[in-house]
Amino acid sequence: MKDNIAKKPREDKAKAVSPLGRLENIKKVFPTGRDEEVIAVEDVSFQFQRGELVSLLGPSGCGKTTVLKMVGGLISPTDGVLEIGGVPVTGPYPDVGIVFQSPTLMPWRSVLANVLFPMEVIGKKNKSSKDRAMDLLKLTGLDGFENAYPRQLSGGMQQRVALCRALIHEPSILLMDEPFGALDELTRMEMNDLLLEIRRINSATVLFVTHSISEAVYLSDRVLVFSKRPATIALELDDDLSYPRSSETRYSKRFTELEKQAGIALGVVK
Amino acid sequence: MNLTNLVKFCSPVIGTLVIIVFWHYYVLILDVNPVVLPSPELVFRAIWERWPLLLSEGWITMLECIYGFGLSVALGIPIAVVMTYSRLMNLMFYPLLVASQSIPKIAIAPILLVWFGTGIESKLAMAFFIAFFPMVVDTATGLRATPPEYLELARSMRCSRLQTFFKIQLPSALPFIFSGAKIAVTLAVIGAVIGEFIGSTEGLGNLLLVANSQIDTGLAWASLAVLSWLGMLLYGVVVLAERVIMPWGISETSH
Repeated sequence: MKDNIAKKPREDKAKAVSPLGRLENIKKVFPTGRDEEVIAVEDVSFQFQRGELVSLLGPSGCGKTTVLKMVGGLISPTDGVLEIGGVPVTGPYPDVGIVFQSPTLMPWRSVLANVLFPMEVIGKKNKSSKDRAMDLLKLTGLDGFENAYPRQLSGGMQQRVALCRALIHEPSILLMDEPFGALDELTRMEMNDLLLEIRRINSATVLFVTHSISEAVYLSDRVLVFSKRPATIALELDDDLSYPRSSETRYSKRFTELEKQAGIALGVVK
Repeated sequence: MNLTNLVKFCSPVIGTLVIIVFWHYYVLILDVNPVVLPSPELVFRAIWERWPLLLSEGWITMLECIYGFGLSVALGIPIAVVMTYSRLMNLMFYPLLVASQSIPKIAIAPILLVWFGTGIESKLAMAFFIAFFPMVVDTATGLRATPPEYLELARSMRCSRLQTFFKIQLPSALPFIFSGAKIAVTLAVIGAVIGEFIGSTEGLGNLLLVANSQIDTGLAWASLAVLSWLGMLLYGVVVLAERVIMPWGISETSH
């Protein structure tokens, strides 16, 4: 694969002593009306290292997306400490790429123009960013579609474009909010493998929100199992499945064990 | 052209021919006085023989429509933008804008005539006055309808306010703007004709009145036909512009 995608070498985990991200006693309360409020997140603390893929696994509406958006600076916590690279998060910052549940591609832009959108916003659309966009499209199997409009693509392909867009400015953190939740099972499995491949190449740090146990176990280095709302971390699961992971991994004994542990923490396995 | 397209293309033509044939025999069999209803041949003959006149008068009416419509776009969109992004302006002027629509438009025409005279200006003012409202309302609706996910995306990328407007909100409002423009352009024709009715020495509306008063019903109906072609032509131009400007999709009210 081209060099300009593989810019960041995978860091030795033992060397990364200070965490990339740190959340301590994070709480989020949303006002819902006069004198009424809903506690979305209650006392969540965790850290993540550079190059790690951490899944936030929990039932729908449990507040895990809120946690993700707070990490991205889109929502500010009501209480607690939230730091990225030792700096408190006060709002959106450039070093992050976000993939939402829906692709949110702009229908009036071609695939290439959608991918280049973040570069355009920061005034860095040039030959090299265009080359990088083409490389990303190639990596995600979209070469030949750069001039197509989003509506001409399938849901899975649209989400690939969204992934390219999130990676175009080489962010050190990739935030993914149930990115494959709207896709069918087969496409989802393909996208999981694609994500593993992207991580293998550029060792991105990823926070991955999902409500699929198997997806979380398959992708992650660590799974944070969230309780029902208000969100707290019910279990922190060290996902020690070996790399490289493939469809074989899904049928290993360890995979099933991890799934079961997560299931018990979620309360779906008695 | 495959069979489905052929049927789609031919059906309205055949439908029109059926109506014309029915009209022809209705006039012939019942021996209708041409003053009441001229036969189709009479109308076609009027179009055939008087086409230089119809064309030159039609040209004037078309200019009135284009100027009036152009003005409604040029002023309507910025006004919608201001009303959408300034809460104060919205509170101050939006109710007034809506209330102004309760005035029967035709009642304005004599006043416009006093202000702008019997020339082209009073007609384009009338066309503008009618076409302006849907332009403002549809544009404002479109600007408010930006999907919230896009705005969140813009925020995560730290887009400036101008970037958010020009790169996200305005393009996502385009389908609404075009559906407003399609209504506005047909209304502009109505406005121009009303203007010509109230006071004019030229234009198709004037020609229609003159022909009517001279009991030249063939010419009156011919003016009517040319007017409807003018309306279709202008509508077609807007649809064409829509295709060119937004090749990625079709607007809400595309036919």
